[in-house]
Amino acid sequence: MLDVCDLHAWYGESHILHGVNFAVPEGEVVTLLGRNGAGKTTTMKSIMGLVGRRAGSIRYNGRETIALRPDLIARVGIGFCPEERGIFASLNVTENLMLPKVVAPGGLDLATIYALFPNLKERAGSQGTKLSGGEQQMLAIARILRTGARLLLLDEPTEGLAPVIVQQIGRTIREIKARGFTVLLVEQNFRFAQTVADRHYVMEHGHVVDMIPNADLAANMGKLHDYLGV
Amino acid sequence: MIMIFGKPLLLLYGQLTLGLINGAFYALLSLGLAVIFGLLNIINFAHGALFMLGAYVAWALLEYLDIGYWPALVLAPLIVGVFGVVLEKTLIQRLYKLDHLYGLLLTFGCALIIEGLARNEFGSSGMPYAIPEALRGPLDLGFMMLPAYRAWVVVAAAGMCLLTWLVIEKTRLGSTLRAATENAKLVQAFGVNVPRLITLTYGAGAALAAFAGVLAAPIYSVNPGMGSNFIISVFAVVVIGGMGSILGSIITGFGLGILEGLTKVYYPEASATVIFVVMVIVLLARPAGLFGKA
Ligand SMILES: Nc1ncnc2c1ncn2[C@@H]1O[C@H](COP(=O)(O)OP(=O)(O)O)[C@@H](O)[C@H]1O
Ligand SMILES: [Mg+2]
Repeated sequence: MLDVCDLHAWYGESHILHGVNFAVPEGEVVTLLGRNGAGKTTTMKSIMGLVGRRAGSIRYNGRETIALRPDLIARVGIGFCPEERGIFASLNVTENLMLPKVVAPGGLDLATIYALFPNLKERAGSQGTKLSGGEQQMLAIARILRTGARLLLLDEPTEGLAPVIVQQIGRTIREIKARGFTVLLVEQNFRFAQTVADRHYVMEHGHVVDMIPNADLAANMGKLHDYLGV
Repeated sequence: MIMIFGKPLLLLYGQLTLGLINGAFYALLSLGLAVIFGLLNIINFAHGALFMLGAYVAWALLEYLDIGYWPALVLAPLIVGVFGVVLEKTLIQRLYKLDHLYGLLLTFGCALIIEGLARNEFGSSGMPYAIPEALRGPLDLGFMMLPAYRAWVVVAAAGMCLLTWLVIEKTRLGSTLRAATENAKLVQAFGVNVPRLITLTYGAGAALAAFAGVLAAPIYSVNPGMGSNFIISVFAVVVIGGMGSILGSIITGFGLGILEGLTKVYYPEASATVIFVVMVIVLLARPAGLFGKA
């Protein structure tokens, strides 16, 4: 569904991604693992067109998007949930939820979203940033389920959250996978990643250095510990 | 004669009315500035010129095409709004990657050019614009006589402020605008054509200024300096209200107009400076402005 080939990205003068290659097959949950600063977030932002300059090839269902503006990339069917969550303080929960443009038919309707995230319904009128960290993360995921985007980019959705919330996010990811969404997930916590993903790409210094199918993860634990330095 | 704090009541009413009218213009103009500043991060020094342009377009519609006040109240903002769109697309757009200062310099230059052209073409003395038929004559409020046109200006300005506020706070478009003001890149990654939103916002701000200009045409003579007379006070209003705060500019605009009127009654010597005195005090006590977020 998504093919990233020889992707380079720059912030100003600093060259951050040095030829990243990976593929996300339709219907799978695929993770990018790697230490802090490996370039995972930059890869996500490059896919959305949010870095200063990028080169290489990013194809979505065969269509080249490397030269498109961010709004047009979103409209080919990619939903983005940024690392800092990006909940808007001047918008209430409903307004945050309704903000992303519907890009294709087939997104979840509001009733389904509220069934998945009951907290959001209760707090519909609250200011977005008044929610707890976990609720904000739910909101950030929920709002891209509405749009009809079939590929969701989730950048460290579990970061800094309590274990019960992390479990809830795990359930959510399995649920959206069951509904046919494709997910590219950035994680530092591979124990969590293991419970939701089909395959893992490992990033180091702006490169993808390895791919491990989830089924082989147990056999590759030693290698993974080396990569992640845990 | 009834006196209030040693001043005749009628004088007080008279100056309060004038203050309210000035306040109406402050509110309309600073509202447009606030919307533009919020999204574009540009201090639009051309705002006064766009206000003046609105008055001139209304005058020209009447002079050359025999199109009267009421249609002009819609047409002039549309025409100046389109002019704003062109200005943004051809010039202002090039500056977003640079420091704010460049936007300020560019729009200041535009203001000088527009005013210079108007002065060249029509002279500096100014041209009268007749009050529309329906609004001539006084309105008897019981306690005072109020020229009907002045009452209309206050009502129309307050109505337009309310409408703008409703659009920004209560509509889908408004929530997109507020979000883009916070984080334009992310809003664009959600599929919104942000460059177009920015262009249209500048156009809408220009149209608001022109709307104020048409309202002003029958009160002041239509002259090249009418914008710059207002705009310095308006910038002070924006600073006091809090850069980019919508409600702040509306309330502060009306409030300071009234304060100015009161000063004219009780201490006329300070009436030209009272706004700036307030500005200094507010900046010292609350640098983000009365309604601004620090
Ligand atoms: N806005 C930026 N400007 C310059 N350098 C950046 C910026 N954001 C990230 N970097 C650098 O890019 C590298 C990769 O960062 P990032 O993609 O955020 O890593 P990860 O998400 O894997 O932790 C880091 O060395 C970081 O310092
Ligand atoms: Mg990151």
